[in-house]
Amino acid sequence: MSAVMPTDPVAATAATRRPKPLSERLRYLWYLSRRSPLTLLGVAIILMVLVMIVAAPWIAPYNPDKVSLTSRLLPPSAAHWFGTDEVGRDLFSRVIYGARASCGAAFMIVLISTAAGVLIGCFSGVVGGRVDTAIMRLMDVVLALPALVLAMALAAALGPSLFNSMLAVAIVRIPAYVRLARGQTLSLREQVFVKAARTYGASPFYILRWHILPNAMSPIIVQATLDLGGVVLIAAALSFIGLGAQPPTAEWGALVSSGRSYMLDQWWYATFPGLAILITAMGCNLVGDGIRDMLDPRLRGR
Amino acid sequence: MTKGVHTARPILEVSDLHVRFPASRNWLGRPTSHVHAVNGVNLVVHAGRSLGIVGESGCGKSTLAQAIIGLAPHAQGRVAIDGQDFQAAQGRERRALRQKMQIVFQDPQSSLDRRLPVWRLISEPLHIRGGYSKAQLHAKAEQLAVSVGLRPEQLDRLPHEFSGGQRQRIAIARAISTDPDLLVLDEPTSALDVSVQAQIINLLLRLQRDRGLSYLMISHDVALVRHFCDDVAVMYLGQIVEAGPAGEVLRNPRHPYTQTLLAAAPSLESPLPAIAEARTGELPNNRRLPASCFYKERCGQAAEGCETPQVLRRAGARQIRCHLALG
Repeated sequence: MSAVMPTDPVAATAATRRPKPLSERLRYLWYLSRRSPLTLLGVAIILMVLVMIVAAPWIAPYNPDKVSLTSRLLPPSAAHWFGTDEVGRDLFSRVIYGARASCGAAFMIVLISTAAGVLIGCFSGVVGGRVDTAIMRLMDVVLALPALVLAMALAAALGPSLFNSMLAVAIVRIPAYVRLARGQTLSLREQVFVKAARTYGASPFYILRWHILPNAMSPIIVQATLDLGGVVLIAAALSFIGLGAQPPTAEWGALVSSGRSYMLDQWWYATFPGLAILITAMGCNLVGDGIRDMLDPRLRGR
Repeated sequence: MTKGVHTARPILEVSDLHVRFPASRNWLGRPTSHVHAVNGVNLVVHAGRSLGIVGESGCGKSTLAQAIIGLAPHAQGRVAIDGQDFQAAQGRERRALRQKMQIVFQDPQSSLDRRLPVWRLISEPLHIRGGYSKAQLHAKAEQLAVSVGLRPEQLDRLPHEFSGGQRQRIAIARAISTDPDLLVLDEPTSALDVSVQAQIINLLLRLQRDRGLSYLMISHDVALVRHFCDDVAVMYLGQIVEAGPAGEVLRNPRHPYTQTLLAAAPSLESPLPAIAEARTGELPNNRRLPASCFYKERCGQAAEGCETPQVLRRAGARQIRCHLALG
């Protein structure tokens, strides 16, 4: 919708422009979220993670990579809130810096798979015929394999690194978006307003740009936000088994993985990064649910 | 449509139009049977006049409209706009022809993209044609909106903020944005409240006066067609069974089907209980067309000679597809 909002100064001089000013729309959002406190909680979690990503150098009390062999494996205390690891690095600082790798990777994964999936799906739906069949069968093949296993195989084949594991998870996630985007395209293509545009001589590209994409976006955005939580988990899982971020990079999955050896005596090592993963994934899911409810056409409009 | 007294040029000429859709396919994907929706329709709309197409549900009148506008594939036949063949035209020429003929759909709720503001909806055909700045499109939309009775300050709203009648006004404004010669009206009022139907009809009549538009109106509302159209064509099973000046045909129907259709419309003279028996049966299967007169199965007057397909014959100002009515 935002793409078509009038921005030119000539039109903006007319007596009443957009009927809804920003403040009113914010209030409407507030009104919607007040009805679901869980969404608000999710938003709070996401905001907290964002602050951690942006302001890590200012929040973290220590350098996350600073080794201090005199303070190895210290339990949580006032000096080290989450304790320290086997070479004396401050775990609180490492968890905060880990948000960059973990959530950054998750965000990129969702971005890549959404963009690629929507492009392929819309193309497939608009072109139709054999091309469509071929693309969809290929997607079925990808879908037929368990996502995590396929991501592991891909990551192992590409070589263990954060970027490669990101790519692997992104590829595995593409079919879901392809199917969604194609389904949307197929149903929108038959809508009367698309037929109307065709009678005015609109090209397939015009219809895609102005009618199909804007109308298909809401379910795709919902799917992407809901996926974010799962992707945080998968990215952490790949790092946990050593196919993602490599030590000494601070990454939640990798942290849990190295903390695993000390699980019995130094519980804090694996627990706090694990909690970070849990809370972030939960926050993403809560927000995803909330957005789905908000974009539901039955709630909107009249 | 065959009045003969007026010498206005023909805007739309449809000759021998057939439309069929594959109903089933074999495993190779080749169609094995077809739905025969339109079976050889000829019609002419003259400049500044309106032709109404009436018939019961499923008789192919909406498909006819879609085929004329280019949304349904022709199996056979020719559609010419202003003397130029629409099907044969390609590229720029075809786009230019498209601008001369626009359609107004039945349900404005679904024919307007709910995510676009009104000014953008109204100016969409111009936007597609290209070469206008945003300010020009907005100005043009404002002009069109005023001409269909919308207020300029409503231009930035979204369709769902309007009533059904207002939405249909938006759709009409959009249809006349390219200054077409012909509007195809596919049941333009049947999705609307009775109270606003008259407003839309009056708007269409006014636009016809002001802009010299020609109309091809698809409707099942016989009373509306009588009021609105100069000529009428009655369709049955994808064929025109009777055509002529609207007043004449609808006052004094001669084809048995037209008689039944008119008798089925409730009025003060024939209230509902009286007409319940008037129409029986349904349209025959349009996958396998009858070899006899298409209406023979349901015709109360079927007699000898009805076993052969009937042809549309001229009788004075009208055309009738029935050997009995022609006498």
